[in-house]
Amino acid sequence: MPTWRKSRSVLPGFGLSMGYTLVYLSLLVLIPLAALFIKASGLGWAAFWQTVTDARVVAAYKLSFGASLAAALVNGVFGFLVAWVLVRYTFPGKKLVDAIVDLPFALPTAVAGIALTTLYAQNGWIGKLLVPLGIKSAYSPLGIIIALTFIGIPFVVRTVQPVLQELDRETEEAAVSLGAYRTRTFVKVLLPQVLPALITGMAMAFARAIGEYGSVVFISGNMPFKTEIAPLLIMTKLEQFDYAGATAIAAVMLIVSFVLLLVTNVLQARTQRKLLAG
Amino acid sequence: MSHIEVRGLTKSFGGHLAADGISFAIGKGSLVGLLGPSGGGKTTVLRMLAGLERPDSGDITFEGVRVNDIPPQKRGIGLVFQNYALFRHMNVFDNIAFGLTVQKRSKTYIRERVGELLELTGLAGLAERLPSQLSGGQRQRVAFARALAPQPQLLLLDEPFAAIDAKVRKELRLWLRDMIDRVGITTLFVTHDQEEAVEVADEIMIVNRGRLEQKGSPEHIYGTPQTPFVAGFIGESSRVEAVSELHGFEHCHEGAKAIVRPEFIEIGSPRELRLPSASGQGIVKAVFFRGTHWQVEVEVGTNRLFGYRDLEQPALHPGDATHVLVHRAYLVSGGQVSVVENRYKTDPMPVHI
Amino acid sequence: MAGAVPAVSAARGQCAAVHAADHLTEHAAVRWLLIGIALLFLGLFLILPLVTVFVEAFRKGAALYFAALREKEALAAIRLTLTTAAFAVPANLIFGLAAAWAVSKFRFRGKQVLLTLIDLPFAVSPVISGLVFVLLFGARGWFGPWLSEHDVKIIFALPGIVLATVFVTFPFVARELIPLMQAQGVQEEEAAATLGASGWRIFWKVTLPNIKWGLLYGVILCNARAMGEFGAVSVVSGHVRGKTNTIPLHVQILYNEYKFTAAFAVASLLVLLAAVTLGVKSFIEWKHHQSAHTGAEESGDPI
Repeated sequence: MPTWRKSRSVLPGFGLSMGYTLVYLSLLVLIPLAALFIKASGLGWAAFWQTVTDARVVAAYKLSFGASLAAALVNGVFGFLVAWVLVRYTFPGKKLVDAIVDLPFALPTAVAGIALTTLYAQNGWIGKLLVPLGIKSAYSPLGIIIALTFIGIPFVVRTVQPVLQELDRETEEAAVSLGAYRTRTFVKVLLPQVLPALITGMAMAFARAIGEYGSVVFISGNMPFKTEIAPLLIMTKLEQFDYAGATAIAAVMLIVSFVLLLVTNVLQARTQRKLLAG
Repeated sequence: MSHIEVRGLTKSFGGHLAADGISFAIGKGSLVGLLGPSGGGKTTVLRMLAGLERPDSGDITFEGVRVNDIPPQKRGIGLVFQNYALFRHMNVFDNIAFGLTVQKRSKTYIRERVGELLELTGLAGLAERLPSQLSGGQRQRVAFARALAPQPQLLLLDEPFAAIDAKVRKELRLWLRDMIDRVGITTLFVTHDQEEAVEVADEIMIVNRGRLEQKGSPEHIYGTPQTPFVAGFIGESSRVEAVSELHGFEHCHEGAKAIVRPEFIEIGSPRELRLPSASGQGIVKAVFFRGTHWQVEVEVGTNRLFGYRDLEQPALHPGDATHVLVHRAYLVSGGQVSVVENRYKTDPMPVHI
Repeated sequence: MAGAVPAVSAARGQCAAVHAADHLTEHAAVRWLLIGIALLFLGLFLILPLVTVFVEAFRKGAALYFAALREKEALAAIRLTLTTAAFAVPANLIFGLAAAWAVSKFRFRGKQVLLTLIDLPFAVSPVISGLVFVLLFGARGWFGPWLSEHDVKIIFALPGIVLATVFVTFPFVARELIPLMQAQGVQEEEAAATLGASGWRIFWKVTLPNIKWGLLYGVILCNARAMGEFGAVSVVSGHVRGKTNTIPLHVQILYNEYKFTAAFAVASLLVLLAAVTLGVKSFIEWKHHQSAHTGAEESGDPI
């Protein structure tokens, strides 16, 4: 809970707006989340541990984290490339491309899920091309990575893009006048300045991917031990009225997510400080 | 042979002529100031010398060799940017060492050279600091050291003092002057501040609207401006529409225009003037307190002139009738400037800078 | 002045992109290769899925497409989605305004903590966002027995769907407004206050005009997510056809029943929603850019 001491201000409405904020926040977010942890602690340590170390649950965690990491890495590479191309080059249709990067923020995940599944299924436009190569994309871990990559695209692009934009062209010129050619300038001067933003974007994409449900359930095939992600397992437990199991799995995921949120916040604050400083 | 030579340098940005047939030569080891108003094309000239901008036409030669097609990486130029453009993720040492690592120098050489420069620029002990942990003046020194590290043949400084507090600026100017003398490197710096140019440079080039107006020592430019722009740019000058109305200038033909510097004018009662016989009458229009002196606006005939007056002298008030002695005027005709002395004066007046 | 700086440097950046000298950019071939790879990536992951939705939706002709949209259950789903958004978006809008006012116009300890707490729902998996309300209000939840005694249905009914949606879209408006209002500071409001304006007047006449585009942006994003939310709503809805199915849930049911054409037809509505969202967003950015641009010109000499 925030403790505060309001400094004297001529503006009115602190009590009202702050009070409303805290009540609303508590009722809708803090109390429900607390309920989950209270419920989880009510399980007892042994039962909790048994649930979350169950082989099927562990397999789901591994898949969720592994696929999310893979998707974040893919987005790290291609998201950086897209941001670079959008900031540095001119080409026809650039504005449209820039606008469409946000599509995963605006498109409901269920729609993304069925569309990607149709594309990458064995008889889909892309799936068809992959079958002769012996690659099964939909209904496999690869399919999950594809869906999670879709979800994460804007995170990396939109954190890297402004940093690239604000980069001082003069530091590049300074490197050039000191004798550095393009590759060295990129690796030694540009990349280090963008790296914090890139990592922040990847961390955000990763955090989002861990919890993602809608786009994945369609494409994954949902096979226990093989393509069953953690959020889906929570859903399954709920449908079986196993509230305790669902709560335990959720508690672990929540803790991981909170740690990630904290890390990205710290990273972001640091990036901003660096941007502001000389 | 001159070290740097530029002939007919022209560059336009989408219709805007940033450099229009600029030619000049710089001798080895000299310190030249490129002076002019903002947007006049100074920085463009600097960037073309550095190879960061490609001239539309014209030649640039270093030691008689044409460098137009040599990329900036190979020109051997040290460049100090207005905002320093330090690599903010590198500490002071790595910033200064950057150019040396590009040259693939040995580790021991780099350590020695950087140490030398840290010593020279008074940054010893700050090698591990990041740029964000330095003051403005220190950052400028790092930028300076970084530019000097690879031993360039030409040092270019773009508004080197613009981003520094007024107080520190004076100090840094002297330091820079001293430093460049010690290193003995040919240097060109860009500034819009005439005081800075006069104080630091051996030679000044005045650039306006992409054209080189005049080149010469500060004294020379001050004493014999060649174009109306130069005559008006240095000092807070008055523009005189009918110079023949001024006492002592009746011999100028009617309607001739002139530029008169405040230092050329004395305002006061006949007793206060050095040569009362050479003075005419005027009316005080306005008096401004300027801290160390009064600035007085007087009307002489249809002309308005600005002059200074000592704080020790009795104060003047708007509406007072007074005497005005104009020692000298820059007569402007057809883009040319000639100096005309007050003809009632017998003894030549010394020039006050 | 401070406000004009980013605009100026942005304008400079654009100039540099157009006239970039050889030493500051890549070889033309490298440039086009990179552009090609980036476009291929976006094409595979973003464009093709969109195309797929419409191709599948119209696979059996326009007649079937419109029939799928006119179906009774589809209409019920649309109605439910609109109702949900009509509750959730204004609720979060009011919260966003209150939170942004408190955070940006006053100084108090624990502000950073509060900001992190407001962000929390972004870090929570949609499935868990639904789960917490099942734990509270479900048949076996804390308030379950009391609710059934008083014959109030929250889970598997509209209130649950609204609650889950509010949770998921909780930070959208606040997050958009807080940085905006923080950047604007308090000077204008304080000036209005010293001129004798009342609190509401300050808000309507001074604050709101300054933040209207950011506010619209937040609302648009909030709305898109509210109408499109799948995971959280899926947990609390109970999937009762024609009653507690929102559009995304209806799409899922149709898809799982192999009614692909109908599923994609309904899904195409959500694609249109996304298109409108992105369109409005681009419009707002364009507006913003314009005002920033004129600001830069007014502030003087760009050279």
